[in-house]
Amino acid sequence: MMMTAEQENEAIDQEQITEADQGEEYLTFSLANEEYGVDILRVQELRGWEPVTRVPNSPDYVKGVLNLRGAIVPVIDLRVRFNLPVEDYSSLTVVIVLAIKDKKDGNERIISVVVDEISDVVKAKMSEIQATPKFGSALDIEYISGLADADGKMLMLLDIDTMLSVSDMQQF
Amino acid sequence: MAIDMEQFHQVFFEESFEGLDVMETGLLNLDNGDADNEEINTIFRAAHSIKGGSGTFGFQSISDFTHIMETLLDEVRDGIRDLTHEGINVLLKSVDCLRMMMTAASEGGDVDDSEVKTNFDALQNILGSESSSATEEISEPAADSTAQASAETVWKISFAPHKNFMQFGNDPARIIRELATLGKLSGHVDTDNVPEFTDLNPEDMFLSWDLELKGEVTKEQIDDVFSWVEDESDISITAMSSDVSSQTVKKQTDATVVKSEAVKAPVKAKPAAAVKASDKKEKSTPASSSIRVGIDKIDDLINMVGELVITQSMLSMLGEDFNMTRLEKLQEGLIQLDRHTRELQESVMQIRMVPISFTFSRFPRMVRDLSEKLDKKIELVMHGENTELDKTVIEKIGDPLVHLVRNSVDHGIEMPEDRLAAGKPETGTIQLNAFHRGGNIVIEITDDGKGIDKDVILAKGIEKGLVEAGAKLSDQQIYDLLFNPGFSTAAEITDVSGRGVGMDVVKKNIMSLGGAIETHSVKGQGSIFSIRLPLTLAILDGQSVSVGSDNYIIPLVSIVESVQPKKESLNMVAGKGETYKLRDEYLPIIRIRDLFNVPDAKADDLEEGLLVVVEADGKRFGVFVDDLLGQQQVVIKSLESNYKRINGVSGATILGDGSVALILDIPSLIRMSD
Amino acid sequence: MALILTVDDSASMRQMVAFTLKGAGYDVVEAEDGQKALDASKTKKFDLVITDVNMPVMDGITFIRHLRTEVNYKFTPILMLTTESSSDKKAEGKSAGATGWIVKPFNPDQLLAVVKKVIG
Repeated sequence: MMMTAEQENEAIDQEQITEADQGEEYLTFSLANEEYGVDILRVQELRGWEPVTRVPNSPDYVKGVLNLRGAIVPVIDLRVRFNLPVEDYSSLTVVIVLAIKDKKDGNERIISVVVDEISDVVKAKMSEIQATPKFGSALDIEYISGLADADGKMLMLLDIDTMLSVSDMQQF
Repeated sequence: MAIDMEQFHQVFFEESFEGLDVMETGLLNLDNGDADNEEINTIFRAAHSIKGGSGTFGFQSISDFTHIMETLLDEVRDGIRDLTHEGINVLLKSVDCLRMMMTAASEGGDVDDSEVKTNFDALQNILGSESSSATEEISEPAADSTAQASAETVWKISFAPHKNFMQFGNDPARIIRELATLGKLSGHVDTDNVPEFTDLNPEDMFLSWDLELKGEVTKEQIDDVFSWVEDESDISITAMSSDVSSQTVKKQTDATVVKSEAVKAPVKAKPAAAVKASDKKEKSTPASSSIRVGIDKIDDLINMVGELVITQSMLSMLGEDFNMTRLEKLQEGLIQLDRHTRELQESVMQIRMVPISFTFSRFPRMVRDLSEKLDKKIELVMHGENTELDKTVIEKIGDPLVHLVRNSVDHGIEMPEDRLAAGKPETGTIQLNAFHRGGNIVIEITDDGKGIDKDVILAKGIEKGLVEAGAKLSDQQIYDLLFNPGFSTAAEITDVSGRGVGMDVVKKNIMSLGGAIETHSVKGQGSIFSIRLPLTLAILDGQSVSVGSDNYIIPLVSIVESVQPKKESLNMVAGKGETYKLRDEYLPIIRIRDLFNVPDAKADDLEEGLLVVVEADGKRFGVFVDDLLGQQQVVIKSLESNYKRINGVSGATILGDGSVALILDIPSLIRMSD
Repeated sequence: MALILTVDDSASMRQMVAFTLKGAGYDVVEAEDGQKALDASKTKKFDLVITDVNMPVMDGITFIRHLRTEVNYKFTPILMLTTESSSDKKAEGKSAGATGWIVKPFNPDQLLAVVKKVIG
């Protein structure tokens, strides 16, 4: 069928919007002025910061454990983990409870991480996730599954299974 | 109507396995001379039930095998036969064989045909050694009946029930009706004997019948109709036709008369030839672990939950519209809640409590077989079989106990002649005792054997490099060498004591249950192995302590005492660190602050804190903490599920305020500081 | 519908018999030994009693003997479950007052046929 030029543009726009709606959703948070995202499907819940119980002889980024409705869940400070300068916790500090699948032993675990602040839930198109170029970031490259553009700001999408693999912590 | 028999199989298997246990216990008692007539009857009935059930539910080879056991036992209970020690051995082995067959049938596994045959022959041997009326009953399988030329026959039947016929519950009309189904029936009733009405007793039978039955009917069929009433009536059956053959033929009669096919347990045939398909069950998925719980316990639980719901809704109502005038009611409600929750908790834990008899029950047989094998005379005495412990604990304590008992039989009790030479009774005694003490269960294995020679053990320990030569060891430390992995050599792990299970594994298993094992012995007199276990694995009685702002829980089971330390008693020992002199003992000190890097520990000087004296592996240590808080029962939560195992920590718990406290692993702490 | 009492110390046999009979429309009460069977017979009137012989507490034959002394059960059909080879048990049972017997092992159809014959 013959379309007018206007109709064609509309059609293309529609297509783009539809494409943009596809992809995965990520919960984004900020850490030392950088934006990170984690797969929303892995997020169990969000909590405000509360004092946790110290666990001896653990890596320094493990702040302790908390009680999550009867389960004992470790709390990891991502600033420490990423070797960023440590700051005091504020009322904005959030603890994100995540379900991870340990890459080393395959077990499912509940782990929580402390971040500065929560931002939005964004959709990131698969096609936008490019292979990460090597650059001087706080993180080990292997922890990042990709990059995405969130309204002009660069978002680093975290591979939490690799990053929070407890078996890694065994080395301590 | 086709009924699926499989629905009854599980119950059948359960009761059969129980029956086998009953038989085994009974036979063991018989052997000891402890059995009376009733016991023999019980053994017989168990075999009889298994035989009947297995036949009914289609496990023919099991039925055949049990039949011969039953025959033997029948003779024993009738007094026709005495059971010798050898006979009991054969029967015990047959019980084992039956267990194997039953397991195969219930799980869909394979039957060891040679074992079946061996046992069957052995049983047969005993039966055959004395002729008895019982063997006559077991006949050859009926030869296939040659079809009798069923010619038309006319039978003259005279049926005269006795006066008391009715009192057997039989009904002449029923018999006549049945005859009528076989052919064409005609005849008349004879009322000659019926008395005058006034003399008539309606409970008596005065009628008789003269009947004629015409058809392709055999005498056997007619006999069958009358089979129940032969003794209470006069019957004559004559053929009026010459075609009738008087040869009785074993032939399956029609289904209306229940008479099973000739016995399929012939003396000579091999019943175990091939396990028939019908005997094998479809291999089912392994039965999920289950517990039998008495209905009364469930009822109690339901009641308690009911009370809890009431209390909860009462509190809920109070909370909706709360003001300070209702404070007292709130407090009452909370007390009630506490009580009900506690009761419910106790009740639920009770459900998982299982008497230790389940574990003990295997020992009489084991000790008997083992002592026979070694030519020793040993008597096993058990106490406290009713002592209960958690199901999970019971499952894990079995193997260690087996090993310890085997150890006593093998290495403890001496040969009969040696015992006599030592002035001891020829028969050695092994005692199994179980009892509750202070929130734990204690299991003792005692023997009056030759005891443990400390010098030999010590020398061996030195030889194996486990101990320095000239080291001064306490008795307990010497005995503990026995549990050291490096102690026994492969050559010493005899077949009797079991390969691959050493004393070190025994100790490891016990410790993994949160328990401990202690040894006491007097050379020449005997030994006691004493196992202490927590009553349950999920809940712990603990002492809460603080170090800095950290709270830790020390399991009460490990605590000996707590002391306020005095500076004078502190010593520094080169190479060993701080020790504390408590009465005559020097206790190494563990500072939690150092071991766990607690940043804000309060006490630095010993006198500023408290010393909790703990014990593990036969060693005592003093754990230095800032403060003792309360004692409480805590639920053990796993640290490893979401995090990992930490040295010195056995788990975590959630305190009343919702915060997490770590539970100290005392043996691990001790190892860490060594 | 007719009420039947089945007595057997083996739960699987009892269940099988009860299931079979109930399926055919009879009402069934179970008892695990002679004593419990006697107790049951005092509170209910059974049209037929089927009992095993070898049971603890009170065996089948003693049970039959006692039951026959009950006024209500003078003429009630009572069947024993016996094994083929125990002719003396049959005689003993009869002298205790049993009506007849069913030989073990039997299948459900055989059971039903006998029951139907006796009480319809």
